[in-house]
Amino acid sequence: MNVTISINGEKVTRDVEPRQLLVHFIRDTPGLTGTHWGCDTSNCGACVVQMDGEPVKSCTILAVMCEGHEIRTVESLEVDGRLDPVQLGFHETHALQCGFCTPGMLMTARALLDENPDPTDQEIRTAISGAICRCTGYKNIVAAVRWAADYEAAAKQEV
Amino acid sequence: MQTPAAFEYERATSVDGAIASLQRLGPEARIIAGGHSLLPMMKLRLANPAHLIDINDLEELSYIRVDGDEIRIGALTRHVELLKSELLAENLPVFRDAETVIADPVVRNRGTIGGSLCQADAAEDLSAVCSAVKARAVIRGAGGERVVGMDDFHVGPFQTAVGDGELLTEVRIPLRPGAGSAHEKVERRAGDWAIAAASAAVWLDGGTIADAGIALSAVGLTTIHLTRAEELLRGKAPSDDLFAQAGAIASEDCSPTADGRGPVDYKRHLAGVLTARALTRATARAQEARS
Repeated sequence: MNVTISINGEKVTRDVEPRQLLVHFIRDTPGLTGTHWGCDTSNCGACVVQMDGEPVKSCTILAVMCEGHEIRTVESLEVDGRLDPVQLGFHETHALQCGFCTPGMLMTARALLDENPDPTDQEIRTAISGAICRCTGYKNIVAAVRWAADYEAAAKQEV
Repeated sequence: MQTPAAFEYERATSVDGAIASLQRLGPEARIIAGGHSLLPMMKLRLANPAHLIDINDLEELSYIRVDGDEIRIGALTRHVELLKSELLAENLPVFRDAETVIADPVVRNRGTIGGSLCQADAAEDLSAVCSAVKARAVIRGAGGERVVGMDDFHVGPFQTAVGDGELLTEVRIPLRPGAGSAHEKVERRAGDWAIAAASAAVWLDGGTIADAGIALSAVGLTTIHLTRAEELLRGKAPSDDLFAQAGAIASEDCSPTADGRGPVDYKRHLAGVLTARALTRATARAQEARS
């Protein structure tokens, strides 16, 4: 069936089977392989994208269920060559090794900071508790989200 | 790649429309809401519906409100909304206790109370919560609505009273004076299913327990409603000793199986300890609310 989903502000229309998962719909779209397809069982969080601003696991949502909804993927974070503060934070604090979990971590972190600009370390850990990093880099990931929160707070003060 | 078997999909635009579709399509049709139980089951071919009816657009099924002497929760209300609801935190804190430890925050953005109850997985937390607070489920079909208590709602493992052509639309929880409630869960890691969990509610009248509700998750084929322990508590003054006795009954009346989460004796022990802890916290909350 024909499905139209808004991904990063652009309407993407394709004829898909109802059983196609959102993660595959996204990854089959040219240029959008940043969303990773991991465990397939809604455990690992590598496939997290934002649906109407909320982080969701795209391996456990059908593409057809997303018609009429706004999907944001990791590709939307960088705008005109400028990285999002959460991306800068991951860079600054060395919050990734292999990088497989990173897209999901970034989209989860972005949603957290949009809702709670000054989270405690415990709140950050709770927010990313549905995402698994097998390089065991949680300490640096928490530091990265903290870095981004501080960066955004400082930027706000300058304005 | 895990992909469900092929099915037909349609999106409901009204509750009556969803019920009409269920009746037209027959027993091979399933409702999908959050999909975080159904889609994994479909990927594993444990469920193979021929038709999915998507009710995510039915905003009229998403609410938490007071109606008379009840709190009413729409079936499409998502876990995150149950977690954040101040109305529930104030009146039925057992919900926030449970929602803090159900899956993870990202899953909680999608999963719904109706889906959790209809999945009827014995390890699922909200079934025990609803049983403890003596909730009733509103089931709607073409012929109208019927309201059933949780004991009648849970027919068996993964089986509920919701029949073919019917839809769970609402959960109703009585608001009674002197209430306190709590949920206790032990899990192997954040977001996992319970090794064991206990939900408890008490209703105090002066210095005695007028009524109590207790239910266990993950230690039997279905949610276990501890009627014998509830009977023990009625009319008695709350005490550590009394709650230890209720815990002993919980250990006896559950029927866990050994698996990767632990052996039977450990789970029985856990069921007892968690029951006593949940009763203790529920009672403290009831006393705090009264003072």
